[in-house]
Amino acid sequence: MRLRPNKSLFIQVVLRTFVVVLWSLGTAIIAAPIAVAITPTNTNIFSPASTPAKSIYDLSLFVLGITGTIFVVVAGILAFIIFRFRERREDDAEPPQIYGSVQVELAWTVIPVLIVITLFLTTARIIYAIQDAPEPKAALDVTVVGHQFWWEFNYPKLGIHAVNEMHVPVSNSQTPTPTFMRLLSADVIHSFWVPQLSGKTDLVPNKVNELWIEPQQTGVYLGQCAQFCGVEHAKMLLRVYVDTPEDFAAWVKNQQQKAVRDETVAAGRHVFETQSCINCHTVAGTVATGRFGPDLTHLMSRDTLASGAMDNTKENLREWIRNPNTYKVGALMPAMQLSDEQLDQVTAYLLTLR
Amino acid sequence: MADSAYPISGPLERAPERWSQAAVLEWLNSWFVTVDHKKLGLLYMAYSIFFLLVAGAEAVVIRIQLIQPNMHVVSPQVFNRLFTMHGTTMVFLFGMTYIFGFANYMIPLMIGARDMAFPRLNAFSFWMTCFGGLLLYYSFIGGGGLYGDGNAPDVTWWAYAPLTERAFTRGHSIDYWALTLIITGFGTIGAAINVISTALCMRCKGMTLMRLPLFVWLSMVASGMALVTITPLTAAQIMLLIDRYLGGHFFDTQAGGSAIVWAHFFWIFGHPEVYVLVIPAWAIANEIIPVFSRKAMFGYPAMVAASVGVAFISLTVWAHHMFTIGMTSVGNAFFVLSTMIVGIPTGIKIFNWLATMWGGKIRFATPMLFCTAFVFQFLLAGLTGIMLSVAPWNWQLHNSYFVIAHFHYILVGAIAFNIFAAIYYWYPKVTGRLMSETLGKWHFWLFFIGFHLTFDIMHIPGLMGMPRSIYTYEANRGWGTLNLIVSIGGLIQAIAVLIFAVNLIRSYFKGEVAGNDPWDAWTLEWETPSPPPPYNFAKDPVVTSARPLWDIKHPDDPDWKYE
Repeated sequence: MRLRPNKSLFIQVVLRTFVVVLWSLGTAIIAAPIAVAITPTNTNIFSPASTPAKSIYDLSLFVLGITGTIFVVVAGILAFIIFRFRERREDDAEPPQIYGSVQVELAWTVIPVLIVITLFLTTARIIYAIQDAPEPKAALDVTVVGHQFWWEFNYPKLGIHAVNEMHVPVSNSQTPTPTFMRLLSADVIHSFWVPQLSGKTDLVPNKVNELWIEPQQTGVYLGQCAQFCGVEHAKMLLRVYVDTPEDFAAWVKNQQQKAVRDETVAAGRHVFETQSCINCHTVAGTVATGRFGPDLTHLMSRDTLASGAMDNTKENLREWIRNPNTYKVGALMPAMQLSDEQLDQVTAYLLTLR
Repeated sequence: MADSAYPISGPLERAPERWSQAAVLEWLNSWFVTVDHKKLGLLYMAYSIFFLLVAGAEAVVIRIQLIQPNMHVVSPQVFNRLFTMHGTTMVFLFGMTYIFGFANYMIPLMIGARDMAFPRLNAFSFWMTCFGGLLLYYSFIGGGGLYGDGNAPDVTWWAYAPLTERAFTRGHSIDYWALTLIITGFGTIGAAINVISTALCMRCKGMTLMRLPLFVWLSMVASGMALVTITPLTAAQIMLLIDRYLGGHFFDTQAGGSAIVWAHFFWIFGHPEVYVLVIPAWAIANEIIPVFSRKAMFGYPAMVAASVGVAFISLTVWAHHMFTIGMTSVGNAFFVLSTMIVGIPTGIKIFNWLATMWGGKIRFATPMLFCTAFVFQFLLAGLTGIMLSVAPWNWQLHNSYFVIAHFHYILVGAIAFNIFAAIYYWYPKVTGRLMSETLGKWHFWLFFIGFHLTFDIMHIPGLMGMPRSIYTYEANRGWGTLNLIVSIGGLIQAIAVLIFAVNLIRSYFKGEVAGNDPWDAWTLEWETPSPPPPYNFAKDPVVTSARPLWDIKHPDDPDWKYE
């Protein structure tokens, strides 16, 4: 007993639809990056704003060209086969049995080898250009330390300890000022990924990795941790502020100051310094010298709290201190069981730390 | 045959003399004590499909949580467990079991043997694997350690250190994970040894290695790879347990250990593992495509060589999962090259399938629909694999939804599609009845549409910067609409699988009676009655080519004239 397709008209319609789908997908593969590039999103790998990201983008277009061509050719052959060689009617005669062909098999071995050689050489060149790029004298050095679930940015030559939001100067082709980062981790593996600025590199404990960016346009660039690091991996967000040289200098100057000492919030400072806050947090110029949690000296100079989990507002700050689990279940900061009065006081104090 | 004293009833006897309690209990017991390759094959398949549905349900919950930004369908902790269990279950409890399900049932039938080489090892391997899976799911209840922490593992299926060390993962969740992988690993090793021994030592007269059905060849290759690749995984799990309980510091970075060594060990296992999963899918396509194109496989020797080549080369590519971990430029370049090279024999296989279909008279019954879609999807997946092998681009795409789309294209688009094809193809042999073609076509088209809706679109959030392993995402990223479409596709696939389940069960009772050879195929399993008797073949077959039934049906134009 043999099986045959039921209705030939049905099959025709179905196969034609299949071919339409095929060609649409082929077009989509080529069109997708274009569509993605013109969509106004802010973590788009096809909108590079920095030299390494641009190198990657150019390479990716080359690779897409080659793979897109392969797809169109091979999928086209498949579509042709489906149409041309389908069984048309009840037909007992078997088609000619072809067991192989040395010439054909040689051709479709040699051509892929050539494609691989081309792709490999192109790729290797970009690997070296990005990974082994020499660091110019004018480059900014930043040491990035990944924590569960926040980012620490230390600028060793400038004496700054920033948190979660990294400021860098914009570069230009006359006087390039890239930022060269050393990547460390305080606990588990994290990954620094700001798609518009560069590819990602992991922060591996007990290892120093290196990554550089060279932003060509000012702006705020978003990213997030890209290696699962625990419960709140999804909320370990990143912001890179690319400033004009003047803005950057102003930011540096502010960050280098010790903490603002405002006597009107002395009660809140007292709460802060007598609860165990100082065991985890640093406020420069006070007794708070904890290193486990983020440096709070310039807390109010940031746009967000808890590495991007929420906006930096008075209400969010108070609620965060009252119970971090409201925003980030599994954050390592415990709820300190403060009274309402203590909460108001300590929030008022922290709001002065610009 | 090893089971019954008298060769009078097959494993799926549907109308026992009496439905007495004793008869039913005896029937149930026969499944627990069996060493018959056909029954064990069916046990593996039932286990595999059960965990496919469990892990599929986990995926549906994941997709509902991600359907829009900032959903609160499940907590972060539950979500992290869901995707860890989804990955672990799909790879070890669905992927590694379907391989041996088909291999155990089909290989003796295809080579003219009466059973596998080691029937009791066969049973032992299945029950080890079975126990491992149950142990993994027991972690939901038993994973709580000190302080009530711990539950099912929630560290992703590749469980990077030092997140898995005691300092960062309390309780016993990761211990259940490590023990499960060790135990199922023993099951895999036993089954793999069995497959290789059977294929090498128990072939019938006239069946040289170059007349072996390609399904058997590739099952052998996959089993050999499994033997090699399980070892580093087991070693890594033991080292992790030593770290956690015996004061070791292999991966404990706080004491000078190395997180990167875990990554190397895991991916030295992990990459060949995915080839172990996909090669049996190719094995299935190698049987179905020629039969439904009505042509011999184009380039049989090249297909064998390409498969063996892939097996060896795939042992050299593992660190393409680690391009971002901080290897030197030379190290990165090496793995770019080896990964691109493995694409060459893989591509050759696609061309051979196309050449087999070329000039044929293709019958688009349900198995062939799934296999044709497989060829198309495997092409796309191979091309996105080439994109991922370009290390600088990988630095953007690694750990993003682009990677998830790529590997699901293989796992679903290649492996699941071929498994469905194989079930529709061999169901008549196993049960004696054909599955419904109408329901089969509904299953195929819904699944095809749902699959492409989900996994084609899923590439785009990856290109737009969406990382994986996140329980939610910010609304301002622009990923919401795409995730919505992806989730809808997932629901369509779920409906399609339900139709398949209905077809599977309904056809057992109402399907058209199949006879020995409903597809007019050419390998030895189609010579036996459907379902085959316990002893498989009354007389040992003698074969004269790779397509013994073709030679019988076409005595004027036999294969051995051309081989």
